[in-house]
Amino acid sequence: MKTKNTIIYSLISTFFLIFLISIWKILATLQGLSIKSFNIEILFIFGFLISIAHLAIGNRIKSIYKSIIFSTIFVFCDGFLIQKLPIWYNIGTFLILYFFTTKIGKYSLVGLKEEHSTQVILFDFLTLFGILFFSFVILFPFYMMFVTSFKTQIALLVNPLDFSINFTQDLKDLFKSYFVIFKSYKFGKYILTSTIVSVGTVIITLLFAIPAAYAVARLNFFGKTFLSTSILIIYMFPAIVLVIPLYTIFSQLGLRNSIEGLLIVYTATTLPVAIYMLQGYFKSIPKELEEAAILDKLSWFGIITKIIIPLSIPAISSVALYVFMIAWNEFLFSLMFLDNPNSFTLSRAIQYLSGDAETPRQYLMAGSVVVTLPVLFIFVYFEKYLVSGLTAGSVKG
Amino acid sequence: MNDTLANTEKKTAYILTLPAVFLVFAIILFPIFANVWISFKEVELKDIRIPEPRAKKIVKSISDEPSKIKVLYKLRNSSLIQEIRDVSFKDSYPKKFEIENLDPRCKYIKSSLKCEFGNWPAKYKENFQVIFVTTDGSKIDKKSLKSIKPKLDGKSDNILLNTSFTLKNFKNVLFENEFIDLLLTTFYYTFFGTVGSIVFGILTAQMVNQKFYGRTFMRSVLLFPYVAPVVALAYTWELLLDPNSGTLNSLLLNYQIIETPINLLGQKYVEISILGFDFKLRLALTTVIMFEIWRYFPLAFLFILARLQAIPKELYEAADVDGASPFQKFFKITLPQITAVISILFMIRFIWNFNKFEDVFLLTGGASGTRTLPINVYQQGFAISDIGMGSAVSIVIVVLLLMFMFFYFRLLGKRVDEN
Repeated sequence: MKTKNTIIYSLISTFFLIFLISIWKILATLQGLSIKSFNIEILFIFGFLISIAHLAIGNRIKSIYKSIIFSTIFVFCDGFLIQKLPIWYNIGTFLILYFFTTKIGKYSLVGLKEEHSTQVILFDFLTLFGILFFSFVILFPFYMMFVTSFKTQIALLVNPLDFSINFTQDLKDLFKSYFVIFKSYKFGKYILTSTIVSVGTVIITLLFAIPAAYAVARLNFFGKTFLSTSILIIYMFPAIVLVIPLYTIFSQLGLRNSIEGLLIVYTATTLPVAIYMLQGYFKSIPKELEEAAILDKLSWFGIITKIIIPLSIPAISSVALYVFMIAWNEFLFSLMFLDNPNSFTLSRAIQYLSGDAETPRQYLMAGSVVVTLPVLFIFVYFEKYLVSGLTAGSVKG
Repeated sequence: MNDTLANTEKKTAYILTLPAVFLVFAIILFPIFANVWISFKEVELKDIRIPEPRAKKIVKSISDEPSKIKVLYKLRNSSLIQEIRDVSFKDSYPKKFEIENLDPRCKYIKSSLKCEFGNWPAKYKENFQVIFVTTDGSKIDKKSLKSIKPKLDGKSDNILLNTSFTLKNFKNVLFENEFIDLLLTTFYYTFFGTVGSIVFGILTAQMVNQKFYGRTFMRSVLLFPYVAPVVALAYTWELLLDPNSGTLNSLLLNYQIIETPINLLGQKYVEISILGFDFKLRLALTTVIMFEIWRYFPLAFLFILARLQAIPKELYEAADVDGASPFQKFFKITLPQITAVISILFMIRFIWNFNKFEDVFLLTGGASGTRTLPINVYQQGFAISDIGMGSAVSIVIVVLLLMFMFFYFRLLGKRVDEN
């Protein structure tokens, strides 16, 4: 039992080490280092030996010295004997090894005798592995998008693996792609259009949704249950089936290529979820406040503006942010309704840019950064509001 | 007294909800009915432009006779299907012009030519020619003559409003050779995209539910793919996977894992042999599904995490006392607690993935075996310009969707009954 547990522990930790070093190697390769192989066999032997040695030494040496010794040995063998690599790479490897050895520090021969110890180890390492793996997989495309926008066409073709940014060059050269897309491709105008459309959608949606949500939450009327269930069903209806009829109707009414047309469609598609989110919150506001207001002879308009809105600022802001995000990211309707470059939104403009095979990719990526940054910024800054919005209206997407 | 109060309440409620209801009805419900209507019609993209009478004016001088000029109007009906009724025509000329051969349909008064051409059937074409003579025998300036545009007017039916219907669109959609393939592709895309995003959602939620340094940051990062604009992400992936100079292929080549670049988004099949069995994996479809999972697992993560955090701690403490292993805890406590969320997520994501258009459109445009039903709506309606066919495909989508929804709400209803 003990040997089996020891072997399983060593294997799991070794695989984890291989994974860590491989990610570090990939990142180092992308900084222009020429690393041709992962050396998995050697890593495996090292990892296994370190894991076993850790158990064997146990508590005889202070764990911090133990970590430093292991890391130094590994770096010496890996970075100086096997492959000759620059010092920053080896420092990185040292830190990774140090991290790794402190992580395995909590396992000991005694601990491995315990029941379920292998499962505990597996869970621990899976969590660690998951955190690193998902961070890498998610952040890598964003990292690539960002870096590519600062490169030149030639640099990208000569060595597609070189992700390093040359900060010593002129600022004008560094931000060249951004200058180009704003000057030659009129991105300033598209940002303006996108902002007008998104903010407009938020305002109109709130104007329509707040009274409707109040009515659904508070008032009794014929068709109320029907309305509140149909809100959800309507929300499930996909945009793609609306596209053809709306296209034909908008063509005949001359609403295509206009901001008004987009505003109408965006408002209508976000209204159901806005009403749904708001009415849930309104229901949680104590009724007594309104009863007092009714005694004071306040009209429904007064009740909404003086009581409901001030009390539900958090819910309203989360709806507003959520609607803003949907409108800003929206692509399908802008693809269908806009074919005149003068009325493009940002998303549509980037798609149009990519339609021309000649467009250098760094411009495309610069455009992508421009459309992504505001949303990510808003998301990180207002995360608390947005997460509750996403959870409530999460059907969309 | 009470009655009137209830009445005012009702009235207020209608006033408050009416704008929202009206807008949603006009933009969401009405188009769905309009779709049914259009799907039974033979309409092409060019027909939704209202048919107009058109004239192309060509001015020709006549040799040896400088004081005469020939004006040729190429008249046509812009529509290939519809007739235009009571076409009227008007064009004006310089003052000193005299007409030589007046068509019986026309009048020439005060140097303007007015004609009543009557009805033009579909595809109607006519070369209408007028010869002018200047009264004082002076030379004629062709350019100024050309610069005046004739005005035409006529009445026509809106093709969308007439009552001729056909089943041709549905026949074409349903009995097309590729329809089964189309359904299968859509199903694969939807099913694996949904299952994948839920599996990754469970893994990540379980992960973030532990305590570790940088947990809130991790939660934000995990939601990035879901909140970022699809256009930016799709093009980034396209560059990442590009066979010629994409990062992924370059990396794989660099580490000698592959020998030739793989076109992950442009290759329909890849042959894989496992234990002597040869499989044909749909490569581009798999890649698109991967993108789908990458983009939408954050949603499942968010839902499941919210549920995990609501599980009472006592359950796990009791399990610890009983000496349960981590796996037992996961399968016996965690999983049963989140099945309700998973089943709802599954249905919601299934419906949304089934209708997903942008992701596939931006990544492959529906090429290399990634044509799903929503892509087909676009291709039929806008690439082949057959609006009727596009609508018919939309109707197929709606019918399938209604079937899903029916099951969804029956399932939900059962769950409510149980609790």
